[in-house]
Amino acid sequence: MTDDYCVVLFHSTSSAIRAEAIAKREGLKVKLTSVPRHLSSDCGLCLCIENYDKEKILEILKRCGIEFESINQNS
Amino acid sequence: MIYLDNAATSFQKPKEVETAMVKFLREVGANPGRSGHRLSIEAARILYAARESTAELFNVKDPLRIVFCLNATEAINLALCGILRPNDHVITSSMEHNSVMRPLRRLEQQGVELSIAQCSPEGFLDPENIKKLIKKNTALIVMNHASNVTGSILPVSQVGKIAREHNILFLVDSAQTGGCYPIDINRDFIDLLVFSGHKNLFGPQGTGGLIIGDRVDTKKLSPLKTGGTGSRSEHEVQPDFLPDIYESGTLNTIGLAGLGAGIRFILEQGINTIRAHEMKLTHSLINGLKDIPETIVYGGHDPEKQTGAVSFNINGISPSEISTRLDEEYEIMCRVGLHCSPAAHKTIGTFPDGAVRLSISYFNTPEEISLTIKSISELADKIKNNL
Repeated sequence: MTDDYCVVLFHSTSSAIRAEAIAKREGLKVKLTSVPRHLSSDCGLCLCIENYDKEKILEILKRCGIEFESINQNS
Repeated sequence: MIYLDNAATSFQKPKEVETAMVKFLREVGANPGRSGHRLSIEAARILYAARESTAELFNVKDPLRIVFCLNATEAINLALCGILRPNDHVITSSMEHNSVMRPLRRLEQQGVELSIAQCSPEGFLDPENIKKLIKKNTALIVMNHASNVTGSILPVSQVGKIAREHNILFLVDSAQTGGCYPIDINRDFIDLLVFSGHKNLFGPQGTGGLIIGDRVDTKKLSPLKTGGTGSRSEHEVQPDFLPDIYESGTLNTIGLAGLGAGIRFILEQGINTIRAHEMKLTHSLINGLKDIPETIVYGGHDPEKQTGAVSFNINGISPSEISTRLDEEYEIMCRVGLHCSPAAHKTIGTFPDGAVRLSISYFNTPEEISLTIKSISELADKIKNNL
């Protein structure tokens, strides 16, 4: 992963896994991992998306009806 | 050996099912959704893949609306006990399995009003018989897609349309059809679809589930059980989102790995290929049995209108004796008695003695059906001659 990535947090593992499957199909470079220390999440899993386009991610999440907690820029 | 008890549990499974289960046991093994390590994530991916395959088979848009349960019975209990309240009215058919009838009879004792639409002696339902039972307080219509006794297919789509026109929820038990007959929850107007994992979907025992349609408000469907879900762990109350709201406790992940592989196999073969094969065998089986003068064959005698479950009796001998002799003398496995469906046997006139049921799967062959007919014919001759 490069430094240019964002972290999407979810309420449930099922949503995180679903988002991973869909994001991969959409051609995004993603990694499902434990939530970094400075963030917190209900399910403990987050999706890191490299070279991200926030609008595109929001569009995908909305279109597929995936509930998420937040999208956080890597800092 | 010829296994014809697939309506209870399918015995022959695609090799992919075994491979997926062994792979889970050897290489994954962890708890899905409870930890952030790679094996836990992999277990969660396997579960999600099984949800996706199930969603594809039944045309469900959001795989997270698939709730996994231990079996169809648990899924039916979740739906019935979760929705129905005292003074609600529920309609069902007279061909139901006890997985539907027993929860309904218990709910009846708790103040739920129950009406049963009469089916024909061949096991078929006229949708008008459902329509005329609808009342102001009808909250739910529940029925099986096909009888586990006669295999007769019930008019799900027509009843679903009636339910929708009256704004009533529609619950379908697809234990006998899921995996061997096309089902589309949108086309068939199904709000809640129950499936059994270990029959025609080729999973192992301990798998099944409930699909929650878009019209179902989860606030009005109480969970059957509450507990740990791996999500919202800081709260001591049950999460309100799908599927976690209905999936407390660790799931049967190894079983669901197998179920996912079974459904993937069905999708690859094509449901129409499976249906065509089973209809061909059912046609041979019905006609072969009818040609034996001593037999009585139940149901509609039309493979187009039924699954591969065929029930029969032989004059002058009890069903259990037929079954024992088929097993011991011919190595043919079948199921005898009331098949957990006293209502269905009353409808077709075989209560309380029951009948012998032969039930086909995609893995049965024309040769097996020919040999079965030959064996039953020989057995009927022996019985006639007191042998």
